[in-house]
Amino acid sequence: MIIQADDPIVEIHDLTVSYDKKPVLWGVDLTLPKGQLIGIIGPNGAGKSTLIKAIMGLIPNSSGYIKLFDDELSNVRDRISYVPQRETVDWDFPASVMDIVLMGRYGKLGIFKRPRKVDREVALDSLRKVDLEGYKDRQISQLSGGQQQRVFLARALAQQADLYFMDEPFAGVDAATEKTIIKLLREMTERGNTVVVVHHDLQSVTQYFDWVLMLNMRLVASGPTAETFNTEMLQETYGGKLTLLSEVGNLLKQGAFPSREKNEQVKS
Amino acid sequence: METFIDFFSFTDPNVRYVVLGSILITASSAIVGTFTFLKKKALVGDAVAHAVLPGVCLSFIVYGEKNPLVLIIGAFITGWLALTLIDIISSKSKIKEDTAIGLILSVFFGVGIFLLTIIQKSGNAAQSGLDQFLFGKAASLVGSDLVTFSLVSVILLIAVYVFFKEFTLIAFDKDFASTIGLPIKTMELILTTLTVLAVVVGIQAVGVVLMAAMLITPAAAARFWTEKIQVMIWLAAIFGAFSGLSGAYISYVAPSMPTGPWIVIVISTIAFFSFFFAPKRGIIIRYLTQKRIQRHIVDENILKALYHLGEEEKNFFDERTIETILSKRTLQKEVLLKSLRRLKREGYLKNSNGYWSFTIEGKNRGQRVVKLHRLWEVYLTQYLRIAPDHVHDDADTIEHVLTPELEARLEKLLNYPTTDPHESEIPYA
Amino acid sequence: MAMVGDAISHAVLPGIVLAFLITGSRDSVTMLIGAGTIGVLTTFLIEFFHKKGKLQTDASIGVTFTWLFAIGVILISVFAGKVDLDQDCVLYGEIAYVPIDLWITKAGVVMGPRVLYIAGTVLLIILAFIFIGYKELFLTTFDPSFATAIGISTITWHYLLMGAVSITTVASFESVGAILVVAFLIAPPATAYLLTENLVKMMIISSILGILISISGYYLAAGTDGSIAGAMAAMSGVFFGLAFLFAPKEGYIFKILKKQSAPTRLE
Repeated sequence: MIIQADDPIVEIHDLTVSYDKKPVLWGVDLTLPKGQLIGIIGPNGAGKSTLIKAIMGLIPNSSGYIKLFDDELSNVRDRISYVPQRETVDWDFPASVMDIVLMGRYGKLGIFKRPRKVDREVALDSLRKVDLEGYKDRQISQLSGGQQQRVFLARALAQQADLYFMDEPFAGVDAATEKTIIKLLREMTERGNTVVVVHHDLQSVTQYFDWVLMLNMRLVASGPTAETFNTEMLQETYGGKLTLLSEVGNLLKQGAFPSREKNEQVKS
Repeated sequence: METFIDFFSFTDPNVRYVVLGSILITASSAIVGTFTFLKKKALVGDAVAHAVLPGVCLSFIVYGEKNPLVLIIGAFITGWLALTLIDIISSKSKIKEDTAIGLILSVFFGVGIFLLTIIQKSGNAAQSGLDQFLFGKAASLVGSDLVTFSLVSVILLIAVYVFFKEFTLIAFDKDFASTIGLPIKTMELILTTLTVLAVVVGIQAVGVVLMAAMLITPAAAARFWTEKIQVMIWLAAIFGAFSGLSGAYISYVAPSMPTGPWIVIVISTIAFFSFFFAPKRGIIIRYLTQKRIQRHIVDENILKALYHLGEEEKNFFDERTIETILSKRTLQKEVLLKSLRRLKREGYLKNSNGYWSFTIEGKNRGQRVVKLHRLWEVYLTQYLRIAPDHVHDDADTIEHVLTPELEARLEKLLNYPTTDPHESEIPYA
Repeated sequence: MAMVGDAISHAVLPGIVLAFLITGSRDSVTMLIGAGTIGVLTTFLIEFFHKKGKLQTDASIGVTFTWLFAIGVILISVFAGKVDLDQDCVLYGEIAYVPIDLWITKAGVVMGPRVLYIAGTVLLIILAFIFIGYKELFLTTFDPSFATAIGISTITWHYLLMGAVSITTVASFESVGAILVVAFLIAPPATAYLLTENLVKMMIISSILGILISISGYYLAAGTDGSIAGAMAAMSGVFFGLAFLFAPKEGYIFKILKKQSAPTRLE
């Protein structure tokens, strides 16, 4: 069940993404509405993180295109924020909380320029929003998992973007932090920002998200949570793998076929 | 030619020593190196190679003369100490393993150099030749060295033979090895000891810096030719031995040439050759496979275009001009012509006066491609819920990929549909 | 990335020899350019074998640098008469000759030790590089995917950094040799890493450590008549060992004490 959004902020057309020639996401075709809290759910290996990495241009697409704000990614980078999974970085890195949050300003600063006073103020304000103001000079290695996640969130806030992609912001955080984060995300969407979140916990889906994407190597469903998130769709998302599809994927990898034909255009 | 015969007749005892010594060293390092390579700890050997220097110097200072056995014991102790320290530093502090390796390697070596210069300036006449540990002295191996080398090689070979199963398992899956009750710590200790042993001996032939190549490069080269660990070990040993022999020969022919570096050049050349030209894993073959597949795709697309034309005009064996084909499929003209000639050669097409037409085989192959294309479109719409107007591009790729086995499964799974999502008929043979 | 630095420090050898052969002198600018090129080439080869050849990174590093180093040693043997370099110098340098090797201008004015000027210039270049690119280096090292997401090229900065490593290596090459450069590249930052959790402080502390290592190493060598470079590397190990054991928070002893005191607090 794929419901299209009116006046979409994200438009994905026929997207196939491959790792080492093997497609992990097939033919994803969807639109996402503006100003909503959107959840991406699906089993392990379904391609949830892959989808947002592809949107952020971190993995090349084998085919299809993505439009953000009806434009190319490179033209609208400063309106988009990306929060990677917490474990992907080295939290022993010698840096303070403030250093990390200031990174959110780098995109706006441009090359070779140092953070100005206004950037520090924005960073401080972002820290206040995640209740970490008092931690600004703390070294990141001293933070708990939940605090690390909030630092990443503050960095995203400091970007002052319109569209946010977050890879598992609730992974490994305690219940209280999860509540703080979801409240913050709510406030963001109420201000008109759009937040897309990779999520694991099915229990909280209806409570958290306005719109939900259900993935399992392909897009199973996309639409308002109330209409989309039902037993039938869940069964299809979590109900086992498409073996034929993965075997074809393996063939592509072994043969090093191009995942899509590039040079030729089909007329018929 | 004369030198060649002189060399390979091995009448000169010096030649015999050098050749045998080099081969023993290179082959046994290669065998031990295979396991460190597979454990993804290739650079550990490099660290040991640097770390033995202070041991050599210390045992000389203590013992006062150059007794090979004593020097080896000294080397063994510091080499082993270095590995232990790397382990401690990377497990007990936030310093990462590669930093710990680089740190220990350079600091131990610094201490070694420091001690060496002190010994050199102490005026002890017995010290001359200690720096063979720095640069190696493969070209001047003597009988007594050979005895030591042989002894160490035999120990290494026996140990690898006895513990082959355990080493393999530990390199592949340490956690599993531990769950089935393998004494991991002991096994790692043995492997570490063997590495140190190989280094301590090998370093005398090729020197500190190049020792790493003796351990890593043969294994890296061998990996490209096989998927079996037994074969890989043999290959690594053979590559190693060959480079040892060649290095010895080169410095026999040109005495000013250093043996160690030439051994490394030979083994590196073998490795680079393997990286590029090995069947299956080589860079070139993978590139060629891709090219071949691209040709295959172009060919099938042309057959498909001709089949479409046949469908439209209800006559599959009509003759078509190049322009007609191009109207169905945008292609560079040269690519099209090349492909058409290839298809003719393979018996799929006929050509008369610039008009092209199907043979029976050509029509069947074109038909299969079209069938697979349409079947895949049905699969995508039914099982992946992709809208009918979005399935075409994907099917354009998969039609070339599906094997007959998958084709049969697909037909069965979809229950032999008669039409695709665009209401085109699916042509069964 | 520590071992890539190690690899580069060895791999620049053929670059240095070739620069000698081409210019026929120790013309520093050519040497820095040559070494920078080889350093970037080394980085490229390591990446190439890893990505295209699917060889694991550690093996890719090992194969690449030993090969280039072997070429360098052979070049030295072949052109023994023409190149003012020998194997000993390559391995452990000779800092003691620095005061003798003077820079004399065409007019005959003695300007002082030549190496001092080279090292000074390189220091300035590195400082400028860090100052200008601090933000980008910081970000691409800490969180490459975020950097890419906001449009900063991680690959470019990786190569720039490796280029900087290369020219530093070359500048230190004559004084301390290929391997001991590694001690100075790795030991001070690793020590500082245990002492602070702030990147700027870490850089300052490593610079101070570098100075302390040089001074203490020199006096150790002078007192024992040993190799200066060797003594310095040994001292860098001593400083690291001290930090490893006694650092206020990260130190081994501190950690053990904390472990022992923890249960008593529970009681």
